Amino acid sequence: MDGQRHTIIGYGTLTAVWVALLLLTALTVGITRLELGGYRVLGALVVASLKGGLVIAFFMQMKSEGGLLRLFLLIAVVTLAIFIGFTFFDVLYR
Amino acid sequence: MDKAATAQNSFWNDTGRSGLTAWIFSTDHKRIGLLYLYSTTGFFLAGVILGLILRIELMAPGRTIMDPRTYNALFTLHGVTMIFLFILPGFPGAFGNLVMPIQIGASDVAFPRLNLLSWWLYMAGALIALSSLFTGGGPPDTGWTFYVPFSTRTGTNVTLAVFGVFVIGFSAILTGMNFITTIHRLRAKGMTWGRLPLFTWSLYATAWVQILATPILAITLLLVMAERLLGTGLFDPGRGGDPLMYQHLFWIYSHPAVYIMILPAMGAISDIIPVFSRKPVFGYKMIAFSSVAIAAAGSLVWGHHMFTSGMSDRAVLVFSLLTFIVAIPSAIKVFNWVSTLYKGSISLEAPMLFALSFILLFSIGGLAGLILGAAATDVHVHDTQFVVGHFHYVMFGGTGFAFFAAMHYWLPKFFGRRYREKPAIIAWGLMFTGFNILYFSMKILGMRGMPRRYYDYLPEFADLNLAATVGSWILALGVAMMFVNLVSGLLRGEPFTGNPWGGATLEWSVATPPPTENFAEEPVVTHGPYDFTAAGRR
Ligand code: HEM
Repeated sequence: MDGQRHTIIGYGTLTAVWVALLLLTALTVGITRLELGGYRVLGALVVASLKGGLVIAFFMQMKSEGGLLRLFLLIAVVTLAIFIGFTFFDVLYR
Repeated sequence: MDKAATAQNSFWNDTGRSGLTAWIFSTDHKRIGLLYLYSTTGFFLAGVILGLILRIELMAPGRTIMDPRTYNALFTLHGVTMIFLFILPGFPGAFGNLVMPIQIGASDVAFPRLNLLSWWLYMAGALIALSSLFTGGGPPDTGWTFYVPFSTRTGTNVTLAVFGVFVIGFSAILTGMNFITTIHRLRAKGMTWGRLPLFTWSLYATAWVQILATPILAITLLLVMAERLLGTGLFDPGRGGDPLMYQHLFWIYSHPAVYIMILPAMGAISDIIPVFSRKPVFGYKMIAFSSVAIAAAGSLVWGHHMFTSGMSDRAVLVFSLLTFIVAIPSAIKVFNWVSTLYKGSISLEAPMLFALSFILLFSIGGLAGLILGAAATDVHVHDTQFVVGHFHYVMFGGTGFAFFAAMHYWLPKFFGRRYREKPAIIAWGLMFTGFNILYFSMKILGMRGMPRRYYDYLPEFADLNLAATVGSWILALGVAMMFVNLVSGLLRGEPFTGNPWGGATLEWSVATPPPTENFAEEPVVTHGPYDFTAAGRR
């Protein structure tokens, strides 16, 4: 285990991220009120991805991690994107 | 285990704790591997008994020994036991733990305590799932797939069973994380990626699927629980939900999960065949690559379980096409194994017989998979006994037989004693015969239109059903004989020393049984895993 490298993120940043998350949550709720048709799901997914990204980058400190872990994260994100994307072959054309 | 037979520093003698606690609190990967071996094979035997009972019910049309509700509960229990308690944790948990760290020249996995936690989570999940039989509304009757809307409406205790499976999922995720880290970080000097034994390669690919796909199962099962307990309406069209979404989510996990089942089996076969052909494996790189390719492509084909569900035609087309693509890396493996055999000096000992029958049975199952993967033919055989025949061929004939091959190949190394060869071969013969009578009959029955998950059938299906049931008895006799022979041999048989089969992977270079630390000094790897001349085979 790599005990030496430990990035400390200041309270200011953490609070800012937290506020951003709250705003994005409000946006998620807001989107459901708009008449966006099929794009509503897309909107919700984009907002959710942004939120997930913030949590991973700051709270889980991925921002300060090395290349290998970033690659692993990328694989996970791409996999998830494919899983979600492929269900749209069904949902959009049913 | 007879202590006198074991080397002084063998992992069997590692005392620190005594009795049972020396096992259930041990962080030694070999002990954890054996814990997994005992528990998964225990559940396997229980599952076999359930399967036999199902077959007795199907021996003749009409009610034979049970009512339809009992039949529903029993095939659910049989499926859940075999899938979640035996075949998913079996290979990675038992042989992954026993063999993989030694194969890469490590003294243990990267996170030994997490490893122990995996086993505990697995056992806890198993107990929770099994307690659903005796609590609440009684044994779940949904089938192992827990499809909505039935699973959210049935009065049986689905909630607890699903929660048990949820817990077992965490065990799989932890094992996956542990193995990936171990393979990346703990390889001995000289153990390059190109020298990794193929069994380890397959565990690596499997571990990725465990990490990436299992969380989706966890979420899906949580949603079923939420639906049952809170009535969220997620899968209820009456409230804006979508029942097909359940099937998507379930198979997004469960299709990749069939690769968690088969990949390590393929890896074990890739290690066994060269040893008993006295020849380096043919196409090492392609076999390793195809493991990763199967893991990747196999994650994209879940929709082929849903061709008749009312999913969009476009999705049917896409998933059918992708399904055919997965057949390619699987076929690459089969061709490479067969090419390894070509002009080899084949010795038909028990591990090899199981390995060879794996190739045949897996191929039969896999080719039947193409019939199911082609949307047009699938419409006719969907949800029939053909499907039941197909997945028993790949899961039992494939992974099951590979598991038995691995037991005959690796266990003597860890016990320091060996089984008797002749009974092993007779047991294999019985199993192979019974297996084909049982499941080939089921395939034909399915082709002729007998549906799955029914306790009764039309009179014209009677003959083949009787044959199948008789086949199940022959199969069970073989299974019993194999286990009796293995257990008595491993506990009291002839001593097993050195490297009688001339394996070139690292586990054959350590003492028998392996010492607690595996290697007296850190090994330096100078040759590939199938370089038998360099390994100095007689
Ligand atoms: C002697 C051994 C076995 C026998 C006699 C047996 C027999 C059966 C029978 C009769 C069914 C129900 C068919 C139906 O009415 O739909 C069934 C279902 C099933 N079996 Fe087996 N089986 C055996 C071993 C195995 C093994 C080793 C596995 C997996 C590794 C397995 C996995 C399953 C699964 C997943 C189902 C489906 C359950 C469901 O429909 O929800 N079986 N088996």
